[in-house]
Amino acid sequence: MNRAATVHEMLTEIFREVFDDESITLEPNTTAEDIEGWDSQAMITLIVAVEARFGISFRTAEIEQLDSVGSFVDLIASKWKVEA
Amino acid sequence: MERQLDWLSEHPNLSVAIRQARAEPDPVRQFAAARQLAGFRRDFVATERIDRLSVAAWEQLDGAQRAPCGLARKRLALLGSHSLSHLAPGIRVAGLTRGLTIGIHVGLYNSYRQELLAGDRALAEFEPDFCLLALDEMALGLSFPIDMAAAEIETEIDRSVADIRQLWRRMRERYSGQPIQQTLVAGATPPIFGNYDGLVPGTTVAAVDLLNARLRLAARNDKVLLVDLAWEAARRGFIPDLVNPKRWHQAKQLIDPTFAPVCGDLIARVVAAASGLSRKCLVLDLDNTLWGGVVGDDGVAGIRLGHGSAEGEAYAAFQRYAAQLAQRGVILAVCSKNDPEVAQHTFTSHPEMVLKRDDIAVFVANWDDKAGNLRKIARTLDVGLDSLVFVDDNPAEREIVRSELPEVAVPELPDDVAFYPRCLANAGYFETACFTADDVVRGRSYAARGRRLAEIENSTDLDGYLRGLQMEMKAEAVGPTNISRVTQLVNKTNQFNLTTRRFSEVQLEHFVATRGNLALAFRLRDRLDDAGLISVILASPSGADTMRIVSWLMSCRVLGRCVEAAALQALVRAASDMGASALIGDYVPTPRNGIVALHYQTLGFSLIPSRDGDADGMTSWWFDIGAPLPRHHVELDYCFVVPPRQAHIETLKETA
Repeated sequence: MNRAATVHEMLTEIFREVFDDESITLEPNTTAEDIEGWDSQAMITLIVAVEARFGISFRTAEIEQLDSVGSFVDLIASKWKVEA
Repeated sequence: MERQLDWLSEHPNLSVAIRQARAEPDPVRQFAAARQLAGFRRDFVATERIDRLSVAAWEQLDGAQRAPCGLARKRLALLGSHSLSHLAPGIRVAGLTRGLTIGIHVGLYNSYRQELLAGDRALAEFEPDFCLLALDEMALGLSFPIDMAAAEIETEIDRSVADIRQLWRRMRERYSGQPIQQTLVAGATPPIFGNYDGLVPGTTVAAVDLLNARLRLAARNDKVLLVDLAWEAARRGFIPDLVNPKRWHQAKQLIDPTFAPVCGDLIARVVAAASGLSRKCLVLDLDNTLWGGVVGDDGVAGIRLGHGSAEGEAYAAFQRYAAQLAQRGVILAVCSKNDPEVAQHTFTSHPEMVLKRDDIAVFVANWDDKAGNLRKIARTLDVGLDSLVFVDDNPAEREIVRSELPEVAVPELPDDVAFYPRCLANAGYFETACFTADDVVRGRSYAARGRRLAEIENSTDLDGYLRGLQMEMKAEAVGPTNISRVTQLVNKTNQFNLTTRRFSEVQLEHFVATRGNLALAFRLRDRLDDAGLISVILASPSGADTMRIVSWLMSCRVLGRCVEAAALQALVRAASDMGASALIGDYVPTPRNGIVALHYQTLGFSLIPSRDGDADGMTSWWFDIGAPLPRHHVELDYCFVVPPRQAHIETLKETA
């Protein structure tokens, strides 16, 4: 499995836990409008969960750019040091 | 950095377990599952999921389904100068592990002053039992000109503290909430000199330190409770991750969400302590817990304890910690698979034993299963299983006790005994909302109770035995000298408690000051020990010449000694002096006070036929003053002075 696919899979698992919804599937263009409950509070939970699970840290400026699943995956993949 | 909830055990697959619990259709079982999952080590995402699950399930339960859970409902308002809503799930979930369902109201961001000073409808409608005030150095303006003189800084700090005390008063007066103050962590403001910051009064670091010291002092004087985040964070090495500048800039969260589980627990345990739900008894295993080795195999001389080895010193240090807990009123018990003679002999003959046989209230050494022995210990001490903490180095024993007796707290001990004291401290099982001289004698008193029970078992004549105890009871008015202990007893007594009504100290002061009310406190001593203040009766006028007993409670240490009959004698005399001709007593059943279901009947009260539909099972009882009083063997020292109520009215009549 390639790196982006692994990130996508782990990210899907995080989304399902954070929103307690097993039916969530993510597409690169999925945004807050597509997922019920994805508000600013949930966004922080997502960011913190992603940072903790992947062992990475987003820069403050980068956080402001996150608006879709695709931007999440790209940013995680650029920081995540574990080879998939 | 230590793991946050390090005293809780790890679940093999928490995420899957949460998913399974979500799929559970029956809300009763769903809530039970969520409550059980709350007791495992969990990160903030799992904590939020367990919270959603338990809150949703709880809301589906009706009163009859909620009651058997045995959870006390408390309402907590979170007020402060930074974002706090992300802490709520951690507080609620921790509450489930500490006997509480906590309802939470989060004030608007940085609006605590308006809410408290100008008044806030949402907060008033919420009717908080507790108000937590969480502040930070930015909101309090603790950035002074760097060359400002020390005296001026102190004046500024004192002004801040006076301000905060005013907020505490508002919490009490306007909202009847017990204030809880969180200390400040200066994590968001790094030092500007470094080591030298502490030597310059004008630095924020120094100012926060001074403010915290003054806040603690003010809280002590004002009977405000503390969530001492500053100490906890320093002690457990949470700074700097606790305060993450990214979260501050992003969401004005002072506390990083990853710390919500442990900070939530820190808050929940204070609420639990103030609600009388802290643990009371530490039950200790012996081999490889209090000393290294197996005394049955190695012999007293062969165990590793005390000077001579680092490991032996670590065991002695753990014993010292247990002894310190005992000195502040935690009851100690022993539960060990051992030959009883050998086990006891170790206590009396090993020169390096820090704990002495007399420190142990109940000593159980046999080959029976530990769950059964723990039940026996709880019974002997007359405390609930949910008052016990069981410490055992053996993971298998821990697991068995957890599954058989989920009410007992079983800390997941670290591999190394050197860390046992810290693990127990981190768990906060014995948190308190009050400390009085009575706590100091309690441990001794339970030990004496153990001896007394042994005497009862050997005595065929109970009456003769009780006479031989030479009990003396003093009945006194509730007032400034005893109100702290009375408040503590009122809020922590669960079993011998007829109505289980809780009062804060301020509410009690108000009760005592209200004309016509009667507030009695009782002290008991016998030839074996001084039990201290052990019982409280509160009553208010109900109709022209009847007193209704609002609260009647007694420490379980003195159960089975007919002490309540002596208390009734004092109550009758006080009520009669106040002009009453009858008493009414209510019994409000809870999952824990079944032992007093027949209390009033036993004392000679008669049941008042009730209107139909008392769903909570409350019964009311009548006693005519002048009717015969039950026998007892307590010498009563009556020191209660009646407030001049009747006399006052008669004087008015004469002048009219």
